[in-house]
Amino acid sequence: MQPIISISNLSKTYANGFEALKNVSLDVRKGEIFALLGPNGAGKTTLINIVCGLVNPGTGSVRVGGHDIVADYRKTRSMIGLVPQELSMDAFETVFATVSFSRGLFGKPSDPAHIEKVLRSLSLWDKRKDKVMTLSGGMKRRVLIAKALAHEPEILFLDEPTAGVDVELRREMWAMVRGLRDTGVTIILTTHYIEEAQEMADRVGIISKGEIILVEDKDVLMRTLGKKQLRIELREPLAAVPTSLTSHGLDLAESGGMLVSTYDASADRTGITALFRDLAREGIAIRDVETRQSTLEEIFVGLLEERA
Amino acid sequence: MNIHAVRAIYRFEMARTFRTILQSIVSPVISTALYFVVFGAAIGSRIPEIGGVSYGAFIVPGLIMMSILTLSISNASFGIYFPRFTGTIYELLSAPVSHLEIVAAYVGAAATKSVMIGLVILATAALFVPLQIEHPLVMLLFLVLTSLSFSLFGFIIGIWADGFEKLQIIPLLVVMPLAFLGGTFYSIEMLPPFWHVVSLFNPVVYLVSGFRWSFIGAADVSVWTSLGMTVVFLLGCLAVTGWMFRTGYKLKN
Ligand SMILES: Nc1ncnc2c1ncn2[C@@H]1O[C@H](COP(=O)(O)OP(=O)(O)OP(=O)(O)O)[C@@H](O)[C@H]1O
Ligand SMILES: [Mg+2]
Repeated sequence: MQPIISISNLSKTYANGFEALKNVSLDVRKGEIFALLGPNGAGKTTLINIVCGLVNPGTGSVRVGGHDIVADYRKTRSMIGLVPQELSMDAFETVFATVSFSRGLFGKPSDPAHIEKVLRSLSLWDKRKDKVMTLSGGMKRRVLIAKALAHEPEILFLDEPTAGVDVELRREMWAMVRGLRDTGVTIILTTHYIEEAQEMADRVGIISKGEIILVEDKDVLMRTLGKKQLRIELREPLAAVPTSLTSHGLDLAESGGMLVSTYDASADRTGITALFRDLAREGIAIRDVETRQSTLEEIFVGLLEERA
Repeated sequence: MNIHAVRAIYRFEMARTFRTILQSIVSPVISTALYFVVFGAAIGSRIPEIGGVSYGAFIVPGLIMMSILTLSISNASFGIYFPRFTGTIYELLSAPVSHLEIVAAYVGAAATKSVMIGLVILATAALFVPLQIEHPLVMLLFLVLTSLSFSLFGFIIGIWADGFEKLQIIPLLVVMPLAFLGGTFYSIEMLPPFWHVVSLFNPVVYLVSGFRWSFIGAADVSVWTSLGMTVVFLLGCLAVTGWMFRTGYKLKN
């Protein structure tokens, strides 16, 4: 299937000579949730802003729905809704007015019923007559989302949508984003919360210093790069790992009260059976056993360190 | 053509105008009234007729022009500068609207406000001096053309400015002097020959002159020259805005 967003060989150098994007190529598939992960200053916002028309592209090309973002800007931009990173909005307008304004700006005839639907889905309906400046930060963030959804876009960009949003609201937003995806909207989000990418994304792209390091299905990424840890809590602490167990690559933790084995969960033979057999042979008594999958965050930090 | 967008921006800008209606309308009315008291009544009573009309009636077109120039510039420059300042411009830049549509909406709204206020000032003036308007349609034409040109000029300033001082400095340093020296309070015929020639380089002279012609049927320069110069100024501003948008000047990185 043709990708809904196709970025090829995109580079961007800002006026001050800073090269924010280096030969970036990236395809986003229709209907997926794509999470763009990267440290501060990696170029996430620059990338999004180019696709949305806020920043002039340098070299390379960007196609949205098969149309070029420069030559066919009307087509591409009306497909896109953008929730920017900064909370900037018209403080003196009412919620309803500012969301209706966005719909008009994107070329759609007014449709109060749709605006109502959007506001209700974001729990903003009660606030519709309030001036934007009287809202809390989290509500303002939701108003920005409502503005982006006002013209029924096929693609939604969320540039750090949950920055400064409390945990409960964050979960609500995730649910809303999933609901949108279920209606066929393609979602591209950037985030610093790896937890968010892990929870939400179908695919993950990692960007660092203006380069895309990796693009992968989240599940594949977790499986291939994800190490699993087996943590064995001992009844009696050990002073050292017995020599007969060294082949298992164990580490001692918690002042000898815990044996930790790191293994590849996707391997055919994980060696766990042999490990337990050897433990029994040594007469080491086990109090408890726990396994832990490494998080996307650990994978991410690992990847960045590898390149550093 | 994204007519919904033009309408949305226009309505938004007009709503902003009506939110501040008191200060938008009251302040020009008061200042015009003051001008009439000082120049029309106090000083004007000692000045003979100019161009066959009383001094009070003579300055009406000039006063309206002066208000319109400053208002168009301040209103249009603020209209586009404010979204840049607060960051809400992101929405405009990401929307499927052409440069021309953006300009049409912002400048159209600013010009509408100017024309409205021009008419209010005209009505205020009618309370102080007996008004005659020889060519009402030409008067309206000049009112609209001037409002449009200077709103466009203001729009350019609003994009060029990167601080509130810059927003104020052009109206203060350039437009006010040009307006005062543009024959608002006198006929440039009254000037010594050298200054008369210098005045002909002042675009405001043509605006005031043409506008005055529509009132009293007499003017410093031919009404066609006035009209021509106004249109030239309008086209010049259009060209500059076109260039600004094409290059993303101060709008896009
Ligand atoms: N207008 C600009 N002029 C010059 N450099 C810029 C400009 N905008 C951004 N940059 C630089 O480009 C780099 C990428 O910035 P960008 O905002 O895209 O990062 P980001 O990945 O979104 O970071 P964050 O997670 O902090 O939002 C940064 O080093 C930034 O300093
Ligand atoms: Mg960013």
